[in-house]
Amino acid sequence: MQKLDSKIPGGPLADKWSNYKNSLRLVNPANKKKLDIIVVGTGLAGASAASSLGELGYNVKVFCFQDSPRRAHSVAAQGGINAAKNYKNDGDSVHRLFYDMIKGGDYRAREANVYRAAEVSNLVIDHYVALGVPFARDYGGGLDTRSFGGVQVSRTYYAKGQTGQQCLLGAYSSLNRQIANGTVKMFSRRDMLDLVVVDGKARGIITRHLLTGELERHPAHAVVLATGGYGTVFYLSTLALGSNASAAWNAHRRGALFANPSFIQIHPTSVPVLNDYQCKLTLMSESLRNDGRVWVPKEQGDKRHPNQIAEAERDYYLERRYPAFGNLVPRDVASRAAKERCDAGYGVGDTGLAVYLDFSEAIGKQGQKAIEGKYGNLFEMYEKITGINPYTEPMRIYPASHYTMGGLWVDYNLMTTIPGLFSIGESNFSDQGANRLGASSLMQCSGDGYFILPYTISDYLADEIRTPRISSDIKAFKEAEDEVRARINRLMNVGGKQTATSFHKRLGKILWDYCGMVRNEGGLKKGMEMIDQLEEEFWKEVAVPGTDQEYNQELEKALRIADFFEVGRLMCQDALDRNESCGAHFREEYQTEQGEAKRNDKDYTYVAAWEYAGPAQKATLHKEELTFEFVELKERSYK
Amino acid sequence: MDIRLKIWRQKNATAKGKFETYALKDVSPEMSFLEMLDYLNTQLIQSGQEPVTFEHDCREGICGSCGLFINGRPHGPRQNTTTCELHMRDFKDGETIVVEPWRARAFPVIKDLSVDRTAFDLIMHAGGFVSINTGSAPEANNIPVNKIVSDKAFDAAVCIGCGACVAACTNSSAMLFVSAKVAQFAMMPQGKVEAAQRVQNMVKKMDELNFGFCSNTYGCEFDCPKGISVDNIAKMNREFFSAKVCNQRKD
Repeated sequence: MQKLDSKIPGGPLADKWSNYKNSLRLVNPANKKKLDIIVVGTGLAGASAASSLGELGYNVKVFCFQDSPRRAHSVAAQGGINAAKNYKNDGDSVHRLFYDMIKGGDYRAREANVYRAAEVSNLVIDHYVALGVPFARDYGGGLDTRSFGGVQVSRTYYAKGQTGQQCLLGAYSSLNRQIANGTVKMFSRRDMLDLVVVDGKARGIITRHLLTGELERHPAHAVVLATGGYGTVFYLSTLALGSNASAAWNAHRRGALFANPSFIQIHPTSVPVLNDYQCKLTLMSESLRNDGRVWVPKEQGDKRHPNQIAEAERDYYLERRYPAFGNLVPRDVASRAAKERCDAGYGVGDTGLAVYLDFSEAIGKQGQKAIEGKYGNLFEMYEKITGINPYTEPMRIYPASHYTMGGLWVDYNLMTTIPGLFSIGESNFSDQGANRLGASSLMQCSGDGYFILPYTISDYLADEIRTPRISSDIKAFKEAEDEVRARINRLMNVGGKQTATSFHKRLGKILWDYCGMVRNEGGLKKGMEMIDQLEEEFWKEVAVPGTDQEYNQELEKALRIADFFEVGRLMCQDALDRNESCGAHFREEYQTEQGEAKRNDKDYTYVAAWEYAGPAQKATLHKEELTFEFVELKERSYK
Repeated sequence: MDIRLKIWRQKNATAKGKFETYALKDVSPEMSFLEMLDYLNTQLIQSGQEPVTFEHDCREGICGSCGLFINGRPHGPRQNTTTCELHMRDFKDGETIVVEPWRARAFPVIKDLSVDRTAFDLIMHAGGFVSINTGSAPEANNIPVNKIVSDKAFDAAVCIGCGACVAACTNSSAMLFVSAKVAQFAMMPQGKVEAAQRVQNMVKKMDELNFGFCSNTYGCEFDCPKGISVDNIAKMNREFFSAKVCNQRKD
């Protein structure tokens, strides 16, 4: 295995990217036409990358499992997108956005990558505005902003509670333009089931056409994965039900290292679990914490209606514990604080696993109309799910699996350890450290796709201009296709009685209990054993009806869940290796007296990049040491 | 609660479909409509039958994947609600619920309750964009947009592309879908440059793809889960005729 080289350029932090860009090699327009690039995924990262590469003149093939690229799960992001424009004159700058992200990520991200993400954030906003994204505006016609957790400036651009949808439709529109121009070819309803590696380089993918079941070979000079996170490993999550880890995981099996898999963001404000049939947790945007106040009753087990509990009998525990940031503490801190209160018996609702998010004060001060203007669609969503009107009664919320900071290991060029395989957006690990701050996901996905990858991929492709079109008749493609077919046949032939979903649900419960918001050594070891047993049972008992030569939604699920067992195991292994608490990774053994995360910078200031060692084998750890030249490592305090 | 389901079953695009009836016991009023179908499918799989195929993804009303024709209405009985946001508390104990796919020539059935909505993407390829390349955007606040105009453009832009408007229309017209995009861009300064070509190209594509003429019944607005207004159709008609009169046709 090669030594991990992050390829961080030298020089002052603020100049790294611009100097580096100038040193990257270019591909001339005539040669671009001869180069094929595959992009998998059509969310903000995939759609922005595919359209930008198409504009440059490459031949782009883009894939998604949905029926249309417009349905990728970026569409569901609610709150907003960050940029360091300082339109509010409140002291914001690229450096401050960078610092907030590094600190928010609990000093487990690369300085240079994070700085670059902050640097291109302004270009991203400019571009979306030019594409006609209807962001919120003030009466002068300029862009409006709002605040998000973990920061003290107002830098989040938004379109009501549908910012993700509006940005995605913007990226989708630029993708459509390239499809119409013929530079991008769209393949929807495809699952990527394997990566094809030829002589050590990524040279294509194997897909399954979801309507016909046909296995297809797609060759290219380079492959870009923009396949999102693996948060659905918990079964109950805020993600779409189709979101999955399989594309990234197959790349991992083929040799791409997987970094920090245990860094998973549990979002503090989701609609709580209401019943056993539930298959999805709906997020209530973090932006609600701008105006909503979080509380539980001061009395344990107080089952009175929230409106009957007097002000003096309420414990606004975030404001009490974190006076400087109050309700706007970062997500990991807010989630753990909610769990702490509920575990101590102060939780509300039938299950006791919920806290209140109360808007009565904001409605009293600003009027219902103002609140409706900011959060109207979120309040409506809440009412539809729970049947409770949040204008008259506080919302009930609880943490839920949301975003994965971990992902495929990439260098500064966003290239994985397999040459020619790139990973952008949530599918890579690079910018969010151990915890992501609100509204920086849309920012990173778009920045990667629009303004970073098009530069770095050209440097790689400059060496490929003499490589003729890759043929899909070569041995590597045939072998990969055969392996996929064998995997499918194995599933089709189990002939069990239990649905794939029932296994997913049980796996999710194991991970939530032992590798969720709070972890410990004993629990993680137990969790891994339980996953082993469950996986064994899966391969004996799973029922996959129908055939593989048709539209078969159960087969799709079973294929994805088969990969999730391995993902879950690696998450536990990673969490077990990291004997410290940092960001979203909280090990009970490592906490301060006040119950805050206790980092161990001496031993764990590294990225844990794992190498696949085969089915049911323990992965091998590779460390990328993180060096901090420009910020000082401090205890992350929001008090 | 106990319910009876009459569900459209169709093996594939060419097979002849028919309704099958299923009696489903112990349905919780707290289940979402799609969770109820998951519950049915679990029982079907466990008893060795083929589960019902239906489209879904985000299950929070934003991706536009789900779209079932429930008791004669796209997305069922609740206003401004997608199928996935519908809950069983909106139905009565003992009720018979009829579930069909969208019925429209431009949306052929793929299997059971799933239809092919590629036509919507094709209309977007024809002009649903602002032609600006990555890297060439001006500073964001150099394009001021009146707040009221911007809010109106947003109201048109919230379309999720589910196809309920087409399913609701007696002529299976896509006017509401197309007009929402045309109106969004026509209102905003960014979209004005190409407005005349855009409306003509998108309408031409819509006509090619077997969508019908506007039925003027406003069924689309009534059944749109995102509350998109038929005012957008009026706006599109105006844009279309002024483009014709000004003779700015691209081709």
